[in-house]
Amino acid sequence: MASLISCPHCGTRPKEEFSIRGAVVARPQPGAKEDAWYRYVFIRDNPKGRYQEYWHHAAGCRRFLVVDRDNLTHEVFAVTDATEFAKNAEVAR
Amino acid sequence: MRYSAFSILKQALSGNRLWTPAWREPEPKPHYDVIIVGGGGHGLSTAYYLAKEFGITNVAVIEKGYIGSGNVGRNTTIIRSNYMLEGNNPFYELSLKLWEGLEQDFNYNAMVSQRGVLNLFHSDGQRDQYARRGNAMRIEGVDAELLDREQVRRLAPYLNFDHGRFPIMGGLLQKRGGTVRHDAVAWGYARGADQRGVDIIQHCEVTGIRRENGVVTGVETTKGFIGCNKLALAAAGNTTTVGRMADLQLPIETHVLQAFVSEGLKPVIDQVITYGAGHFYISQSDKGGLVFGADIDYYSSYAQRGNLATVEHTMQEGVTMIPGLSRAKVLRAWGGVMDMSMDGSPIIDRTSIDNLYLNCGWCYGGFKATPASGFCFAHLIAKNETHRVSRFMRLDRFERGYALDESGKGPQPNLH
Amino acid sequence: MTSYRLDSGGLVNRSYALTFSFDGKSFKGLDGDTVASALLANDQMLMGRSFKYHRPRGPVTAGSSEPNALVTIGSGARNEPNVRATVAELYAGLTAVSQNRWPSLSFDMGSVNSLLSPLLGAGFYYKTFMWPAKFWEWVYEPVIRRAAGLGKMVMEADPDRYEKSWAHCDLLVVGAGPAGLMAALTAARSGVRVILADEGFRFGGSLLSENLNIGGVSAADYATGLIAELASLPNVTLMPRTTVFGWYDDMVFGAVERVQKHVASPSPDLAVERLWRIVAKRAILASGAEERPLVFGGNDKPGVMTAGAVRTYLNRYSVAVGSKVAVFTNGGSGYRTAADLAARGVEIAAIVDARAASEDVVPAGVRVIRNGAVVATKGRKRIDGLVVERAGFQEEISCDALAMAGGWSPIVHLMCQRGQKPVWSEEKQAFMAPDVGSAFVAAGSAAGTDTVSAALRDGAAKASAFARDLGFAAYEANIPDVEGEYDASFAPLWYVPGAKDKAFVDFQNDVHVSDLGIAQREAFRHIEHTKRYTTAGMATDQGKLGNVNTIGIVAGMRGVSPAEIGTTTFRPFYTPVSFGALAGASRGEHAAPTRTSPLHGWAKKNGATFVEAGLWYRSSWFPKEGEKTWRDSVDREVRNVRENAGLCDVSTLGKIEIFGANAGEFLDRIYSNGFLKLPVGKARYGLMLREDGMVFDDGTTSRLGPNHYVLTTTTAYATEVMTHLEFASQTLWPDLDVCFTSVSDQWAQMSLAGPKARAIMSRIVEDDISDAAFPFLAARTVTLRGGLAARLFRISFSGELAYELAVPAGYGEAVADAIMEAGREDGICAYGVEALNVLRVEKGFVTHSEIDGRATADDLGYGKMMGMNKPDFIGKHLSTRFGLTAADRLQLVGLKPIEADKEFKAGAHLLKENAAPSMASDQGFVSSVCYSPTLGHYIGLAMLKSGRERIGERIIVWDGLRNSEVPAEVCAPVFVDPGNTKLNV
Repeated sequence: MASLISCPHCGTRPKEEFSIRGAVVARPQPGAKEDAWYRYVFIRDNPKGRYQEYWHHAAGCRRFLVVDRDNLTHEVFAVTDATEFAKNAEVAR
Repeated sequence: MRYSAFSILKQALSGNRLWTPAWREPEPKPHYDVIIVGGGGHGLSTAYYLAKEFGITNVAVIEKGYIGSGNVGRNTTIIRSNYMLEGNNPFYELSLKLWEGLEQDFNYNAMVSQRGVLNLFHSDGQRDQYARRGNAMRIEGVDAELLDREQVRRLAPYLNFDHGRFPIMGGLLQKRGGTVRHDAVAWGYARGADQRGVDIIQHCEVTGIRRENGVVTGVETTKGFIGCNKLALAAAGNTTTVGRMADLQLPIETHVLQAFVSEGLKPVIDQVITYGAGHFYISQSDKGGLVFGADIDYYSSYAQRGNLATVEHTMQEGVTMIPGLSRAKVLRAWGGVMDMSMDGSPIIDRTSIDNLYLNCGWCYGGFKATPASGFCFAHLIAKNETHRVSRFMRLDRFERGYALDESGKGPQPNLH
Repeated sequence: MTSYRLDSGGLVNRSYALTFSFDGKSFKGLDGDTVASALLANDQMLMGRSFKYHRPRGPVTAGSSEPNALVTIGSGARNEPNVRATVAELYAGLTAVSQNRWPSLSFDMGSVNSLLSPLLGAGFYYKTFMWPAKFWEWVYEPVIRRAAGLGKMVMEADPDRYEKSWAHCDLLVVGAGPAGLMAALTAARSGVRVILADEGFRFGGSLLSENLNIGGVSAADYATGLIAELASLPNVTLMPRTTVFGWYDDMVFGAVERVQKHVASPSPDLAVERLWRIVAKRAILASGAEERPLVFGGNDKPGVMTAGAVRTYLNRYSVAVGSKVAVFTNGGSGYRTAADLAARGVEIAAIVDARAASEDVVPAGVRVIRNGAVVATKGRKRIDGLVVERAGFQEEISCDALAMAGGWSPIVHLMCQRGQKPVWSEEKQAFMAPDVGSAFVAAGSAAGTDTVSAALRDGAAKASAFARDLGFAAYEANIPDVEGEYDASFAPLWYVPGAKDKAFVDFQNDVHVSDLGIAQREAFRHIEHTKRYTTAGMATDQGKLGNVNTIGIVAGMRGVSPAEIGTTTFRPFYTPVSFGALAGASRGEHAAPTRTSPLHGWAKKNGATFVEAGLWYRSSWFPKEGEKTWRDSVDREVRNVRENAGLCDVSTLGKIEIFGANAGEFLDRIYSNGFLKLPVGKARYGLMLREDGMVFDDGTTSRLGPNHYVLTTTTAYATEVMTHLEFASQTLWPDLDVCFTSVSDQWAQMSLAGPKARAIMSRIVEDDISDAAFPFLAARTVTLRGGLAARLFRISFSGELAYELAVPAGYGEAVADAIMEAGREDGICAYGVEALNVLRVEKGFVTHSEIDGRATADDLGYGKMMGMNKPDFIGKHLSTRFGLTAADRLQLVGLKPIEADKEFKAGAHLLKENAAPSMASDQGFVSSVCYSPTLGHYIGLAMLKSGRERIGERIIVWDGLRNSEVPAEVCAPVFVDPGNTKLNV
């Protein structure tokens, strides 16, 4: 993970090509209460273990990717285009 | 045992065989007035000041590894109080004042070395920002000087004045800033706390927080249940994990920061110097090693190790700032896990649970805060009242819109 | 009492002598020598001084774990401190000097510390130097600092080149000893793509040092055969002089290749060091084993070295380390050393064996003292005798070197860098490599094999398994018979008690057994505490040589197994790596890319002075003859824009082209103000917020067609805004039909501002640009005279009648030239970012000096731009939090000095009159300042508490940093033409 990321569009690329945005958290619906927005922006699950994080392939396809990985062992389970991820999440919801 | 010139001589004559333990290794008692989770710098200093300043000695510090095994033993040893915001500056200045008197206070030489911290700037805009910060310091009576290029050159002639991508235009100098022998801070506080009756319990992991009727009654640990009247968390990168045991949801993300030391070299770098056209900071230890670091690795991580790309980036900035480093060799890289907060500033506060107290969010600036953090946290725990200088470091500041955003980067923890 | 070169043998080229110097004295060595072997060949045993006590030291190893024989090689800007003489390849003209001694290596004043050593036990620093309070910084620390450190740096720019590369392979083999060579060959014969890396300058590892017969040839010749075959295979990459220093995630290994560290004058066409990132599907660690020193009183005297090192000097370099060598051993290695020495005619003083009995072969006529122990050594700068104790009786034995064999520790460093700790083996009495998964295994003596034949077999077996694993047909290696092997097993002997002199565990840092005792007594019992308190294992060898002894001794003191003590943490780097290698070419002027605008050439020929602005070089002002200071130029440019017209390069602004049926909706959610109703052909100023409600960036966005917009950002935030839009589009609203791309580099953009702007622009543009046809905020594609399509925007950052004209980048310079020509009769001038800044401050426009990440729209006076009626936009939902709407927030105001000739500066703070300075009384800060040539005095923008209510108030501009206090009047942040009469003409 920390060294190489398999971008679904560009193939396996070194970490230097990416910038990391942070935790994947769903944005509330526009009508949500302020508390939901506060939690969205400021509160983090911050688990020790499996974790989903946005990585931006800044020096590649410029797509946001959801990197599903373990933040203790650094094992990567999946790398998905963020749009596809969002659509899948939508379907799941 | 009190350390003095006489004690050293006496020990020398007896073959150094009579030194006594710096701290006891007690089994936990069934119940304490205060339990502090985390035997790092902040937890130990909290215990020390609870005992020394507030007379609360029935205290246990519970540490899952060995004391000082976290960031207090794994940092670049810098102390300074060059902060801009009202919520931060007086706090760090208290810390610096405590550093200045620390050795006499706890009778342990932590080698506090006020050799100066110099922040370089490379553009007019950056100069104005540093001027704003320097004036914020001065307005509070904290020392700060704005140096021009030639004044910087006199302090550090080896900097890359002529062939850098971004010219050095000057620097903000805090002469009272400097370095401290990091491990000794943990040991000095541990020894001082122990002498005042605090139980330091190593190799004891907290596995649960027991609550009854909405208040904490104690902690489950690998050495059994230990009761307490008040529970104080100072668990740094593991804050979320421990906090979750009491259903706390926190504005914290855990990240890894690397730091480095070179082989021992004869003294060449006299101050702490930071690079403004990137992010690189360096000083030279009394032993001769160059101690330095740069950015975090940017991804969330609980692994105490970093990646090579960040190593390379760090060295690029180092050689760009100081070309003469090129042929020096880097000995060791290490990684620490940081409790990055959402605005880059810490939290010292009560929680929604009456007798549960929280100390976290130190990002990668926690070392310099060690004395004030312990002092203010002890104040809060003892008096149930926030110390004046930590009054802005509230947990609810994000919800209420009072972020302490020193860098102005907003709620993305890896940018702070 | 000599070490000397033997007449024959060894892997040195006797027909090729090399002259070099050490501490100014000239020596001769041979091709194939290291600096250490060449010095030993010249009877120069003393090579360094230890760190704390400045004890005289010679080499204790013949490899990369050497703690003592560190020298500085090279001179001037090529000076390199702390080079291990034991691995430094000798070349003609090499200059080496010893370190950490004054005035000379043989007479070192620092050795007085040795006399004080009872005071200087572990942790002494922490207990002392505290009285009087101020003396630490004034007296003690300066003294300690002067004594600290090893080699000296010259702090000059490095004249040499460095570079970086990636390499990919199926199998990386680390170490080219018997196991590594055989592993590489076995895998390569199967067709596996192999990289074989070794830190040494000659492949072979222990095969170069051991006196063996393999398949009828010498071990070294056997190695040569294997290497020749490897070199002939197309799927093998051999990397000598390459240290694999780190194992990172995803099987990426960091390695440094010393390309030209062994030449006197490096070729400028080649890097001196090359950093490799090696991506391997599988890896074999064949790094061998480290021989442990024995811990006894005086075990650090020059002439005391490991038995394996003595064999390496003898067999590889043909150097006898003494003329009468004693051996102290707990296993077979000592006997083998004695046998090899005896065979070359070197006298053996005695073999002292800590064990009661052994099967080892004793060379003819050599005395063996069983159940014996060395309890002291004689001599100062060179060992000249031993005190051996046996059954309570002591005996002195004279010698001029001592080979010590304390058993073997597999070198498992790399496999332990990612969190796994090595595992203690009672059987092997050593820490073994942990199980780190199926892709990376140890082989040979790194995996605990005892003999060369076992190492060969182990390397082959592990490579075969990997080959099969990777889908290749496994090749069964043919392992020849090895004759002359010895039994490398040993019985543990952690230390010899009762020593009068210090018994060292960490040679360089001078940590001895009683220091470990102090640490245990003082509760520094965890091995990490013991390390940090005593500094054992913190020297430049990072405990390679001594850590296992430290652990064993501490275990003994505590009465537990070493397994219970465990090891300290292994971290990169395996051996130290230069800053230069890790930095590569990205340094100095190449530290970051350089961006120049398409109008750079235009600015240059108009005489511009350039300034760094992020990665850009921007034209900052255009000096004319007779102008003495930058202010002269800037004042003229500003006046000229206000009176006539000026042309400014604004190409560095970020430009993003946006298309799509939902582009308007997208922008409406991105900006705080409304964009749904922006008509085609119009530009609008927009404010972007972060999700926490703070202003992120600003700029104008123009609608060029129903589904086509062009958005501009500030120069500084062009990349961030692009990323922000990508994030919003890809993750937040993937359902919106919108696509966009950055066109910042595709367009040259210039601002033509001033009362005469329209007259000048009319000469360039074919279209009607009268106020009626092309009013303020018009934005359209126009045709330039000559036919070029361009984009024209009637927007102003100066308050003047102004246009921004964008043309394809390649046309930029020609169009700018044409405008200058067209405006000549109207007195046009070029103006730079300094004048641009003055013009905007005069009009109270904000930049990132005000948008500092802590300001809301309302703080900046843009409260009306918060489209709170919109259902959603980024930053809306948290913008109403208590703290963001509080009455005492900092708000944008203007400042002018009460006395017109007074100057103040950005970065100053604001205080009420007569208020004592403090943070609590701090009223805000000055964000931007300029001298206004229009008004004839300094003006400033400031962020002031409840600022808008305080217009007209007198305030102190407090600049303690620059010793200035200037009374000023708070005013509205628009200084020039508040009614915008010049804009709408």
